[in-house]
Amino acid sequence: MAGPETDAQTVAAVPAGALDAPRFTLGKLLPWITTPLLLCLMFGIWHVYVEKTGISAFILPPPAAVWEAWKEMIVAPATWDHTWTTIYETLAGFFWALVIGVSLGVALGRMRWLELTLTPFIVASQVVPKVALVPLMIVWFGFGVTPKILIAAVLAFFPILTNTVLGVKSVDRGHRDVMTSLNATRWMIFRRLELPSSLPYILTGMEIGIVLAIIGAVVGEFLGGNHGLGYMLVAKMNAYETDALFAVIFHMTMVGFVFYFAIGAVRRLLIPWHESVARDRAGG
Amino acid sequence: MSASLAAAALPAGNGIDLDGVEKWYGTTDEPVYALSKTDLSVAQGEILVLLGPSGCGKTTLLRMIGGLLKPTRGGIRVAGHDLWPKGARARNSDAVHELGMVFQEANLFPWMNIEDNIALPLELRGVGRTERLAQARALTRLVGINGFEKRWPRELSGGMRQRAAIARALSYDPRILLMDEPFGALDAMTRDAMNLELQRIWMDLGEGGANPAASRKTIVLVTHSITEAVFLADRIVLLAPRPGKVDREIAVSFPRPRSIDLQATVEFVSVVNELRHRLEEIS
Repeated sequence: MAGPETDAQTVAAVPAGALDAPRFTLGKLLPWITTPLLLCLMFGIWHVYVEKTGISAFILPPPAAVWEAWKEMIVAPATWDHTWTTIYETLAGFFWALVIGVSLGVALGRMRWLELTLTPFIVASQVVPKVALVPLMIVWFGFGVTPKILIAAVLAFFPILTNTVLGVKSVDRGHRDVMTSLNATRWMIFRRLELPSSLPYILTGMEIGIVLAIIGAVVGEFLGGNHGLGYMLVAKMNAYETDALFAVIFHMTMVGFVFYFAIGAVRRLLIPWHESVARDRAGG
Repeated sequence: MSASLAAAALPAGNGIDLDGVEKWYGTTDEPVYALSKTDLSVAQGEILVLLGPSGCGKTTLLRMIGGLLKPTRGGIRVAGHDLWPKGARARNSDAVHELGMVFQEANLFPWMNIEDNIALPLELRGVGRTERLAQARALTRLVGINGFEKRWPRELSGGMRQRAAIARALSYDPRILLMDEPFGALDAMTRDAMNLELQRIWMDLGEGGANPAASRKTIVLVTHSITEAVFLADRIVLLAPRPGKVDREIAVSFPRPRSIDLQATVEFVSVVNELRHRLEEIS
């Protein structure tokens, strides 16, 4: 009978924030030890393999050569021009995918008739291999950044849309009852219930979408123009500079990590209440 | 102004009146008769418990009073306002504002901390942030969860979340509290504690006024626990299933505040037994 009362008082005595204090468990520390070790092992095997087999540097350069090529690459201003071009295309494409994907997703999630009407077209637009549209985009929009932004947007759009629709449809019935019993307006139901409730889903769509946006931008650069990391890759390939080719791939991976962590930061910022964030914090 | 006149007008004006309310579910091909023609009056300041087996329409009845379901036929008056005015497509907001609802699940919004959850109804009404948070803080004290204002709902136990849900329903000071198996998801011990707490909150809200009975909330509570019904109610309405209908009404006149020990007395047990036998007959 006194259960919840004593419970309340005991917990209330714990200072705020103490429950969220970081716990330095083995689980939390382990990746910081294993990741460098595994990387060293990987590069070691690579190095030994190149040494022992005497394989041509055109096929597989030793890791040291790739490292030198990357160091040389990142001090060249042109590299950063290419990097910023790819980042700009990715972000611009992702932005439009986000705006259109979320607004259309909210509309489809709310209006059954609209979903039924548009679904065949949306599915059709996804069944088309979208990178096949790249040549068409180049014909229409030339060799500038526009076709790359469009491809990035088209690729990132679908996961954002489907996850938003799922999010809007997954709004808890009990939560809706609360808003109805409080006579909430449609705008407040959206602002205070549907939007926050869908955010975890939208963020999942964004996580998939940002990766696809990079792919879209790079593939666009393969085929047209003379800017961006995709263009750099093709240029290194044509020049038979395999070590530089590896360096560009490494460079792109780094850019990918930045995007990945940025979305993670957005997740922690926007939905600190969500289980996915709470679990990360507890380190489990 | 005459105080006696105002007091005399209260019971009729501030309670709930159901006049020939009926509810059919489903399509015209396969209609389900959820609740047959029901007349019911709840007096202002009364705790009325709707008790019955599953399928007796008790939740349907409560959701109709709360305006979440529209009756197929019949009229509902809440604190003197027609809930579904004739010809209007929407609910009468004057009536809705007199109703506070508590559900079986606390239904707190996980993206808002406890005080923002409690203040949500006030936010929807356009009350300023300072004022509504002050009100939320006062309510956390009333329901016994002060100190948890800044917590996320997931950091609270089930009983504490349900306290917050009660505080949210009380935030805009409605005259009527509708509770749909509010403690049904809690363990037996927490449930006993919450029954006592509900009684205390209900009595505390009456204090301070010149006439405590007049400022007390009207509570309609749905449960399938006979003990809970007898412990809390001024009056129990027993519902029978298929189709849902009122079987009988039982007045419960144990003096308040009632303690948990009351549940061991012969008088209490005999009321419980009477209800248990009747429930077995009708379900």
